[in-house]
Amino acid sequence: MMKRREFLKSAAVFVSGAAVSLSALELLDPHEVLAQNPELRWGFLVNTYNCVGCGMCVKACKIENDIPLEANVTRTWVERYVITKQGETYSDCPKGALNGFTSKQIDQNESGMKKIADADISEAFFVPKLCNQCSNPACVQVCPVGATYSTADGVVLVDRKWCIGCGYCIMGCPYGVRFFHPVEHTADKCTFCYHRISNGGNTACAQACPFGARQIGNLKDPNDPVTKAVLTERVGILREEFGTNPNVYYIGLSKEVR
Amino acid sequence: MIEQVAQMLVHGEAWTLKDLFVLPNEYVYWSIQIVLYPYMTGLVAGAFVLSSLYHVFGVEKLKEIARFALVFSFALLPVAMLPLLLHLQQPLRGINVMMTPHFTSAISAFGIVFMTYACIVGAEIWFVYRKFFVESLQRLEGKPDRSTAEGLLLVIYRLLSLGARDLGGEALEADHKAVKILAGLGIPVACFLHGYAGFIFGSVKANALWMTPLMPVIFICSAVVSGIALCLVSYYVFMELRKWAAKRGKNFFLPDAVVHGRAAVDYEHLRSVQNHEVKMTSKYLLIFMLLAITLELLDMIFRGYTAVRSWDALRQVIYEHDFVKIFIMQYGIGNALPFLLLLIPRITARRAALASVLVLFGVLMMRWNVVIGGQAFSLTFKGFMHYHLPIIPYDMETFKEGLGGALLVAATPFVIFYFLNMIVPAFMESRDEGH
Repeated sequence: MMKRREFLKSAAVFVSGAAVSLSALELLDPHEVLAQNPELRWGFLVNTYNCVGCGMCVKACKIENDIPLEANVTRTWVERYVITKQGETYSDCPKGALNGFTSKQIDQNESGMKKIADADISEAFFVPKLCNQCSNPACVQVCPVGATYSTADGVVLVDRKWCIGCGYCIMGCPYGVRFFHPVEHTADKCTFCYHRISNGGNTACAQACPFGARQIGNLKDPNDPVTKAVLTERVGILREEFGTNPNVYYIGLSKEVR
Repeated sequence: MIEQVAQMLVHGEAWTLKDLFVLPNEYVYWSIQIVLYPYMTGLVAGAFVLSSLYHVFGVEKLKEIARFALVFSFALLPVAMLPLLLHLQQPLRGINVMMTPHFTSAISAFGIVFMTYACIVGAEIWFVYRKFFVESLQRLEGKPDRSTAEGLLLVIYRLLSLGARDLGGEALEADHKAVKILAGLGIPVACFLHGYAGFIFGSVKANALWMTPLMPVIFICSAVVSGIALCLVSYYVFMELRKWAAKRGKNFFLPDAVVHGRAAVDYEHLRSVQNHEVKMTSKYLLIFMLLAITLELLDMIFRGYTAVRSWDALRQVIYEHDFVKIFIMQYGIGNALPFLLLLIPRITARRAALASVLVLFGVLMMRWNVVIGGQAFSLTFKGFMHYHLPIIPYDMETFKEGLGGALLVAATPFVIFYFLNMIVPAFMESRDEGH
């Protein structure tokens, strides 16, 4: 017959022993270990000083990723900003800059073309945009069926076979990078050319850029040129206030850019 | 492939006009169907709340309209789902939401909430009408020469009775109790269903107009308003039709007379019931309207007062581009005018019905101004998008997301109600005293 004191004692030993061994099991969960120390986290660096608005990146992206050239949606685009000496800012992005910026006039859509005399311009620059592959992506949060997801190496993808086309992710993205694919009729977005970078290649846009304005890299590798630039140079990110933690960094980001 | 699809329109391009600086992928992606979705959901929830006023709180004055509101709410139910389905780019995959619900998304649980609500309304109708089912069943069974319609009806009633044929006092008492419980349970679920629709919009942090914690509450209040108004208008119109038909013996307008004999369809009686119910309901409409308008104005005043960065763009949308839609159509014709109509003393049923029509229009405009207005400005806050409702469709998409699709959605509940009314007569007056 076991005494109560003995019973409590051995029960305590058993419970604590079991707890320790179980917690060890949990510590050794390979998924968790990998998640805490992934070797790879894709990031992107845009040097706005190098961009001339030629639109090669947009064209390359559309061809590489089968987005119809003439369809007015695009996975990546280039914006032009013109700031006058009076302090007014004009921006445009005709056809996503598929054909580059061939006119000095600013395309104001319904309001027509805006002419600005060269002498009035105080500053002008181009800003390429693409998906920020956020660490806390709003689009993944709002997808009702889980058709859009973050990969372990930090790229947000869309499952074209499962997307129902509700458009909630398009509404949820603060950067406007999502759209409906005109042929697939599912949500579509920049994937950092996941099919290429996963096989050791470069993104189509970065490869097509003649001026090295675009660069993909591994943010977990301190020797990666992108990581080095992010750590040592003055870089900016877009729309911090939404708490999405974007992974596209910009060198020379102006306050006019949103 | 690339050359073949030159000139192709992308989704949203057909009805979106861009002005100034708008990002290349920005369009009015959520159009008329998403305007109708919260509108229809609101009508469902509002109609149910109206019926519960009688069933739960025992507001005897609303007895007759309560029964109608309950059946009508059930007829509206499938239609709350219809606009969602119509706006999907992959409508056949709609069921995926039930198969792999991704619960961080505000719309993933909609199906579940919706089904729960449908079960509650369905069950309540069953308990309210069980006595009627059994009585009709017994009457039809006792009839020696049944017509085809009657035979069919007998089968339906046999199925609907679920074999529960006990009409003893205890059983009927249990029915009443169940109705009360279900109606009570239904109110929070109905509010949740619609508050949830508000949350779907209110939680989109990328949208400066939608993102406010007030959105679910605003949606619930306007839902109750629109639901009551629709019940009032429909009740008025249906009773007019019934009066007209009763006078002339036109049975096709009196489905219950077709199938259940021409018993209680008497012109004078119909008139007095109609008057009484419509006037009473209009009082409740007024109370809920006050609440809804207060909240909406609070939201707008707060935005103007705090004037965060997005206000510049919002102000332009609210006070310039959409001024007529917001201040004339929504607040003027849709709120202020019916408010006055309802406040002027010695209200008549006709005036109450007219005011309700305006209220319905006002709530529709409110949904429009929220859904379309929320997409009227670019994420850059430097450009605007104007929405043009496709009137004459030239393909499936412009039909679905155009006037045709909208009319289809608006007409469906009435078709459903016509047939539903044959089986569960919404205008039947019960002679017992229970709730």
